[in-house]
Amino acid sequence: MAGGSKVTTMREAVAELVRDGDTVAIEGFTHLICFAAGHEIIRQRKQDLTLCRLTPDVIYDQMVAGGVAGKLVFSWLGNPGVGSLHAIRRRVEGAQDQPLALEEYSHFGMVCRYLAGAARLPFFPLRSYAGSDLPKANPRIVPVDSPYGDDAVYAVPPLNPDVAIVHAQRADASGDAQIWGLLGCQKEAAFAADRVIVVVEELVDEATIRRDPNRTVIPGLIVDAVVVEPRACHPSYAQGYYDRDNRFYLEWDAIARDPETLERWLKEWVYGLDSHAEYVEKLGAERWAALAPGEAWSDPVNYGRYG
Amino acid sequence: MSRPAYTPTEMMIVAAARQLAGERVCFVGVGPPNIACNLAKRTVAPDLELVYEAGVFGSAPARLPLSIGDPTLVTGSTLVTNQFELFAYYLQAGLIDVGFLGASQIDRFGNINTTVIGDYAAPKVRLPGSGGACEIAINAKKVFVIMPQSKRSFVERIDFTTSPGHLTGKRPAGWGAGPSVVVTGLGVYEFDESGEMFLATTHPGVSVEDVSANTSWKMRVADDLAETPPPTDEELRLIRELDPEGAYTR
Repeated sequence: MAGGSKVTTMREAVAELVRDGDTVAIEGFTHLICFAAGHEIIRQRKQDLTLCRLTPDVIYDQMVAGGVAGKLVFSWLGNPGVGSLHAIRRRVEGAQDQPLALEEYSHFGMVCRYLAGAARLPFFPLRSYAGSDLPKANPRIVPVDSPYGDDAVYAVPPLNPDVAIVHAQRADASGDAQIWGLLGCQKEAAFAADRVIVVVEELVDEATIRRDPNRTVIPGLIVDAVVVEPRACHPSYAQGYYDRDNRFYLEWDAIARDPETLERWLKEWVYGLDSHAEYVEKLGAERWAALAPGEAWSDPVNYGRYG
Repeated sequence: MSRPAYTPTEMMIVAAARQLAGERVCFVGVGPPNIACNLAKRTVAPDLELVYEAGVFGSAPARLPLSIGDPTLVTGSTLVTNQFELFAYYLQAGLIDVGFLGASQIDRFGNINTTVIGDYAAPKVRLPGSGGACEIAINAKKVFVIMPQSKRSFVERIDFTTSPGHLTGKRPAGWGAGPSVVVTGLGVYEFDESGEMFLATTHPGVSVEDVSANTSWKMRVADDLAETPPPTDEELRLIRELDPEGAYTR
């Protein structure tokens, strides 16, 4: 195994690899959002983080409420399918004591930022933003002329997080991680980051990874820690393992609307628990049973044996 | 008290779904566009390829996805890819026939605001922002908008241009054709050659006066203004099958 075992606990991984003031990306587009990592960051009371995600989602609403964030870098600030992220809105709207800094792009712009970061390019060009007020709101979005003719595009700067936290269905102990279902931009975020934590539903042998190399999204080469934390994405989901808990996303709207209710929720579900295993237990067998998907297997493919 | 046969939102979704007749590749947005596109696939456009910004082409959802990143979008789809490829090779390269967008504010030229109400630096209401809408508005071959209508949403001047429509009447060369249809709870709007919106059909029970009372500029009206055909029993059955709890349609 290349590099030896990197398996550790969430507590140790977050303590060691997430530092106050860091730029952090817990990526995953609706799918594979590692809530357990966000909760551990809140529990460890990290400070002044810049949180990057295309969709801050409920996880960053919780982290902003938990006081760990000073800034958001994002492209769509809502509770998907439900409405608003109220804790974040309270820090953005009108006059308030502790404004949250925002750096705003579009989805394609954020994806291109990670791509430039991953490829160590000074910028990435895209066809967006013309005619929009977004470049006025964010001066880091700038028009550039093509060096090869009279075409003009917009450029976005690279995004290189200090740490990327990526959830995968499975990885081996050195961090070779396999993902199926929505891929989002986890690969780009991981390659762009200085440090990478891979969290998995299942730890598997290196041989399992090697039997299906097309499914490997992130190589252990760039991974610093592997955390085995089943059901770490709830209320997000892991394709084939558990469904998105839409009920929770709907319930969050009422929880987050009222600061005191939200504080009670954090006490009960984050500060009051020692680990994600306790969260899984507390959620209860009935809830988990309701989130269990049926089966839909792919057919095996023959990679061939050569020599 | 007798219940109406359908809700205004159901009428809006049905009218939007019908606009997809004859279309092939549709980029599906979050919220009502999601149910409209799924209804169209079951009615007027069975060959419609549903494309989701989450990275899915040829989606065949078995249930109505609450979010646009639901696992049902993946199982049984033609292809799942990363978001860079989805935006670059599919949208930016011009493979998307229709981009479906929602809006909090729209002006007469179909320019859309989904970012803030009030000043950007100190907003009265902070809305979600662009998501993929800005690049969809520019790169899709045409854009359909589905949104609730009132004097606060159909405005003379939008507070922030998130996604460009026909700008002040003309779009730059190289862009898609821009907004071609807007569907609200009151009617269906199209755009004339000057890039300005006009009322094409009113939904049953809605008058031109109702439209005027819910538009902040003087809405132009088609010479051959017609009534939107009401939802059929089959359309209503499918909507309620797709959304049994009425999450989108109440």
